[in-house]
Amino acid sequence: MSDEAQPLGAAPAGPRPAFGLIVAVAIFAALALVPLVSGVWGGGWLTSLAIRAMIFAIVAISLDLLLGHGGLVSFGHSAFVAIGAYATGIMITEGVYEMALILPVAIGAAALFAVAIGAVAMRTSGVSFIMITLAFGQMVYFALGSLAQYGADDGLTLWSAPDVFGTSWLASETGVYVTVLGVLVATWALVHAVVGSRFGRVLRAARQNPTRVAAMGYSVTRYRLVAYVIAGVIAALAGVLWAVHAEFVSPSLGSWQRSGDLIVMVVLGGMATRNGALIGALFFVLIEEALSSITHDWRLIFGPMLVLIALFARGGLAGLLDRVQGPR
Amino acid sequence: MSTTLILIQVLNGLQLGVILFLIAAGLTLVFGVMGFINLAHGVQYMLGAYLAVWLYGATGSFIAAFLLALPLALVLGLVLEFLVFRHLYARDHLSQVLATFGVILFLNQLVEVIFGPAALTVEVPQFLDWSFELVPGLLYPAYRVALIVAGLLVAAALWYVITRTRVGMLIRAGATNPEMVSALGVNVRQLFLVVFGFGAMLAGLAGVLAAPVFSVEPGMGDDLLIVAFVVIIIGGAGSIRGAFVAALLVGLVDTLGRTLVTDGLRLAMDASAANQIGPAIASMLIYVLMALVLFWRPEGLFAAKVTR
Repeated sequence: MSDEAQPLGAAPAGPRPAFGLIVAVAIFAALALVPLVSGVWGGGWLTSLAIRAMIFAIVAISLDLLLGHGGLVSFGHSAFVAIGAYATGIMITEGVYEMALILPVAIGAAALFAVAIGAVAMRTSGVSFIMITLAFGQMVYFALGSLAQYGADDGLTLWSAPDVFGTSWLASETGVYVTVLGVLVATWALVHAVVGSRFGRVLRAARQNPTRVAAMGYSVTRYRLVAYVIAGVIAALAGVLWAVHAEFVSPSLGSWQRSGDLIVMVVLGGMATRNGALIGALFFVLIEEALSSITHDWRLIFGPMLVLIALFARGGLAGLLDRVQGPR
Repeated sequence: MSTTLILIQVLNGLQLGVILFLIAAGLTLVFGVMGFINLAHGVQYMLGAYLAVWLYGATGSFIAAFLLALPLALVLGLVLEFLVFRHLYARDHLSQVLATFGVILFLNQLVEVIFGPAALTVEVPQFLDWSFELVPGLLYPAYRVALIVAGLLVAAALWYVITRTRVGMLIRAGATNPEMVSALGVNVRQLFLVVFGFGAMLAGLAGVLAAPVFSVEPGMGDDLLIVAFVVIIIGGAGSIRGAFVAALLVGLVDTLGRTLVTDGLRLAMDASAANQIGPAIASMLIYVLMALVLFWRPEGLFAAKVTR
């Protein structure tokens, strides 16, 4: 077994930029229509579902930067979501309602954590990297569960929505919806800008052959660490949004099962593809909701579905989409 | 903290360590020999426990349930290998994660559909339903002692098979350098099947033995699976000896940590704060241990792989 296993669907991003862009714009447009549709059908359930799907999509896209483009299989990514969510929850509980203060704290905490554990984790590779990120994720999970004054294992309810520069923009569901959609589009655009940049090329080259990239004079560790911090900060931002949306945070946000779900979303959608993580996360949340409305035992259907996708749909759902579009 | 209490915790730690070893032994071979990440290995443990529930209920004899559950666990493992896993050996790690994650979801739910979501208990078999007097005034259940002894016997048998038989030699060679073994004309596919069935049976055995001690419920293998991965990373992938040492180490650290850390903190801070923080730190200990091992010896304590 080699340490640098080739991820499935490892085609470089954007061999057909136009098609990928059209798909993304179509998805974002459909998401933008959801609040309008919910006025006629679905109501709060529909917007809430869409918000949940979008927040997961933000985290999944950030994880794909590590997983797909960087070849760094982080099994502790949900820890960053939990850090962002808890930064929000704790500050609101302590009477700080201003987003302009909460956001820098959440981002700063996530960045610090990413630098600290990233510096240790980057010393390892392959399966050791998977396990060491899991270890740090579990430490965050248990640490949050020990915060007695902030609800410990039971979690923390946010009794008030944060202000945005003194306005109550995030107090309405529409405000939250627009914000989450905006962050999703921005994340998508940012990650693709990063991947397409010189930085992204070095990162992807280091996935395929770290020795050679190092021989060319690049510090592989430094590039990977920067990618790790970027992904961690984006995930923490999603955590902030989660806290605002759910008005409740708990350690389970950072559980290893959640990190596993995130990996499944990215692989399901297709790693290192233009829209794979986005499609994977939306599909995961929607199919879970759809199947669980049909039957309580929805996992009997979902489980084999994952197996079949892993066995037969190389490149995930985005790969299927490419095949539908015809051979290259 | 009295010595007797520490003695009890050591025995409890050994008990957890033995269960972990039985799960990790199969996992480390499957992982070390085949390079296959099998998240569904914890499910085999759960299936073993449910087989014990079902067969004990049907036959009324723990021994009969025990003897029937092992071959059934083997068959279930081989069926899974045939249907899903053998198509994944040549694939990358993440495809394996996705597929075995799907298997976990399916089997956890299937077990819930058949046996219900509530936790079930298995009665301790009558011939072991008595207690040892370890030291005057201290009783320890005989079943738990039997569990530890059974685990150690299996470990000894495994040691014999791995170090003294031809199959064991091939497995060790496979863990060190699978390409070379294949090039020397060994049917690696067959070797994989043996290792896989063996591993599934050991995990099933762990489930059967654990059933009277822990509660039997859907998803019971998921958290233990993660701890079993911690064990094989600490011990070194592919090494049975490493799995054994690391399993006992993790079992003891986790169990003793839960009492000692809180007691230790009470010396430094007031009792209620110590009671809050203690369990969290104790839960972290094994992960701290793993992080330290990965940092200083990334290949684990007893690496089987040749370092290139």
